[in-house]
Amino acid sequence: MKYVDEFRSGELARALASELAEAMPPGRELALMEVCGGHTHAIYKHGLDELLPPGLELVHGPGCPVCVIPVGRVDDAVALALEPNVIFTTFGDMMRVPGSKGSLLDARSRGADVRMVYSPLDALELARANSQREVIFFAIGFETTAPSTAVTLLQARAQGIGNFSVFCNHVTIGPPLKAILDAPELRLDGLIAPGHVSAVTGSRVYDFIAAEYGRPVVVAGFEPLDILQSVLMLVRQLAQGRAEVENQYTRVVREQGNPRALEAIEQTMELRDSFEWRGLGSIPRSGLRLREEFSEWDAERRYAVPGVSVPDHKVCQCGQVLRGLVKPWECKVFGNACTPESPIGTCMVSSEGACAAYYHYGRNRPKRLSR
Amino acid sequence: MSERRSKAAAGRRRKPRLLNERITLVHGAGGKATRNLVEALFLGELGNPLLAPLSDSALLEAGGAKLAFTTDAHVVQPLFFPGGDIGSLAVNGTVNDIAVSGARPLVLSAAFVLEEGLPISDLRRVVASMAEAAREAGVVVAAGDTKVVERGRGDGLTVTTAAIGLVDERVSLGAEKVRPGDKVIVSGTLGDHGMAVMIARGNLELEVEIASDSASIYPLAESLFTLGEDLRWLRDPTRGGLATTLNELTEASGLCVVLDEKALPVREQVAAACEILGLDPLYVANEGKLIAIVAADRAEQALATLRAHPLGAEAQIVGEVEPEPKGLVLLQTAFGGSRVVDMLAGDPLPRIC
Ligand code: SF4
Repeated sequence: MKYVDEFRSGELARALASELAEAMPPGRELALMEVCGGHTHAIYKHGLDELLPPGLELVHGPGCPVCVIPVGRVDDAVALALEPNVIFTTFGDMMRVPGSKGSLLDARSRGADVRMVYSPLDALELARANSQREVIFFAIGFETTAPSTAVTLLQARAQGIGNFSVFCNHVTIGPPLKAILDAPELRLDGLIAPGHVSAVTGSRVYDFIAAEYGRPVVVAGFEPLDILQSVLMLVRQLAQGRAEVENQYTRVVREQGNPRALEAIEQTMELRDSFEWRGLGSIPRSGLRLREEFSEWDAERRYAVPGVSVPDHKVCQCGQVLRGLVKPWECKVFGNACTPESPIGTCMVSSEGACAAYYHYGRNRPKRLSR
Repeated sequence: MSERRSKAAAGRRRKPRLLNERITLVHGAGGKATRNLVEALFLGELGNPLLAPLSDSALLEAGGAKLAFTTDAHVVQPLFFPGGDIGSLAVNGTVNDIAVSGARPLVLSAAFVLEEGLPISDLRRVVASMAEAAREAGVVVAAGDTKVVERGRGDGLTVTTAAIGLVDERVSLGAEKVRPGDKVIVSGTLGDHGMAVMIARGNLELEVEIASDSASIYPLAESLFTLGEDLRWLRDPTRGGLATTLNELTEASGLCVVLDEKALPVREQVAAACEILGLDPLYVANEGKLIAIVAADRAEQALATLRAHPLGAEAQIVGEVEPEPKGLVLLQTAFGGSRVVDMLAGDPLPRIC
C-alpha cells in the first residue's frame, strides 16, 4: 500500500530514532502519555517501543472509547436489548464487554436481537426497514464519533422516523485529561494527543494543558512515523523548557477543528452535569446527552433504564490502567483469568484497549528479537 | 520481566475450559474459543486416536491403502461473491484439507440443507459451480443428501462436504517434522477470500471489488511432494488466516516462527481495505493458498516450483523457524520493531474510529 508505506518506512524510523536519542535531555527520565488507544495499538503493532531511547517511557491514557464505558452503562445496554420488540444495534467491540450480568453477546444468545452495525446511519436504515420494531443505537465514543450520531439524529427528525432512538454515551476528551493531570499519583511530562478527535475539536482544547499545567502537547497522527515524530517534538520542547500545543498531524487537524461537525453536535446534544467513567469515577461536564428537543429519540427517556452505578469486578484494574498507573501485565488477572476471549475488564476487549494490545502483540513476552 | 514471561506463558498454555453457558458467535470464529470448544467438549466426548491430532484430515489405513478423510460444513453470507460461491467453496475447502495432508483427493460427498423459499435458480447455480470446481480438482461427488427446513430456520443454503484422499507415499508431513532453520513459504497473497466476502455483504460502503481466491490447491501441493521429507508441513490458512494457522504449528511443535513483514504478499486493495477497517490481513481467511514449511536448502527450489504454477505466481518465502521463544509466532515489522502474532481471540471486527 503506497500511501501507508510512506508512513512506515523502516529507514525513516531509524533516522528519527537516532535524532530522538540525541535530543534526550541528559540524565532525565521522561514519561509521555499517549492519550489515545489507537496510538497504543499502533505502537505495539509496529514495535515502536523498541525504537525509544532509554529513559523515555510511554504511559497509556484513557482515550479508548470502549474501555471508558463503566459497568453500569453496559448493564443499561443489556436491559435495553432485552426490552420486547427491540433491535439493539452496536459497534462490534461493545458486544463483548462484560456487564455485571453478562455481555450483549450473552444477551443475544438468550434471545435478544442485538446486531452489529458500522455506523449509526446503518441503525437508522434498519429502523426504516423494520417499521414494526423499535431500533436502539448504542452510541459511544469521543468527539470522533459524536458527529455521525448527531447527523443521524438530524436525519431521523427530518424524515420523521419514530421507531429509532439513541442510547447516548458520548464523552469529551478534555475533562478526563484534566482529571488525570489533577491526580497526584502520576508524574507526566507531556502528552501525545489523539489526531482523530482533534480533527473535530481542533487543537485548542488542549491549550489549558500547556497554559495551566505547564506540560507540552503534540497532536499526533496514527502512523508509526507520526507517533515517533511527535515523541521527538515533545522531547525537544522538554529539552528546551517549552510547554506548547504543537500539531504534528497538520495533514488532517486544524486549530479550529471541524466547525460543521461541532455544529451538528451542538444542535443535538448537550453536556450532562456529570458522567461516570470507568476508573476515573464521575467527572463533571464530561459526557453528552440528547437535547430536550430530541427526547423522542432518546432511549434513556423512552425506556426505564436501570441507570445504577455498578462497581468494577473486584480484581479488575482497568481504572488504574486507564489512568496510566498500572501497566497491563501488572494486573493480577492479566493473561490468566482475563484474556481477549474471556475478558474481565474493558481494556482487554477493545482492540484499542491497552491490555488487549499488550496481550495481542505479546508485550508480556520475552524481550529479545530486534536483530 | 520474568513475572511477565511466566504469566503469559501460563495463560497461553492453559487447559481448554468451556465457561460459557451457551454458544456465542465467538465459538465459530476459528480462534481460541473455537479450539476450547473442540478440545473441551468434542474431544472429551468423541476422543479417539484418529480424531485426537485435530489435523485437517484423519489418516487411516484400509486394506493396505493409506487414506485421508475429512469433512467441512459451509455457511457463507452472501451465497455468491466475487471469485466464487458456496458451491465452489464447499468443494475446494474440503479438497484442500485433503491436499495439505499429503494426499490426492479421490471422492467427495455433499449434504445440502435448503431453506424453504430458496430460488431453484440459485441452487442450480451453486450445484453447477460445484460440478465445475470438482472437475477442476479432479474429484467426483459420489454421495449426497438433501433436507429442507422451514423458512427462517436455515441460512438459505448450507453445504456439508466430506472427502477421501489417497496418501502420497513420497511425503510424510507433521508438526514434529519441522526443524529450526526451515523456511516458511506462502503460495500467494493473503486475505483475499475473507475480504471479498466481507465486502460482498455490502454494508461497509467500500468501493472496491476484491475477488475470493477460492481454488483447489492440490496441484500446488502435489508439485511440492517431490521434495520428499524436505517438505515438512503443509496447511491451508482458512478461517483465522496465516496467523492462526502458524500459531497452531508453533504450539504443536514447541518451536518459534519469525515472519518478515516486508516479505508478506498482500494485494494493494486488500491492504487498503484492512487499513480502513482496522483489520490485520494476517488474520483474514484464504481459500486457495497454502503454507509450506520446507528445509532451508530446498526453499529456493520450492519457491521456483510454486511460482511456475499460475496459482503460485506470487509465492514468497515469508519467514523462518527458530528454536526460541518456544510456541510463539513473531513478526519483524517493516517499521523496524517486532511483535508477537497471537492467535485470534474473537471474530475480526472492524474498528470504531
Ligand atoms: S487485565 Fe483485564 S481485568 Fe486486568 S486491567 Fe486489564 S482488562 Fe482489566
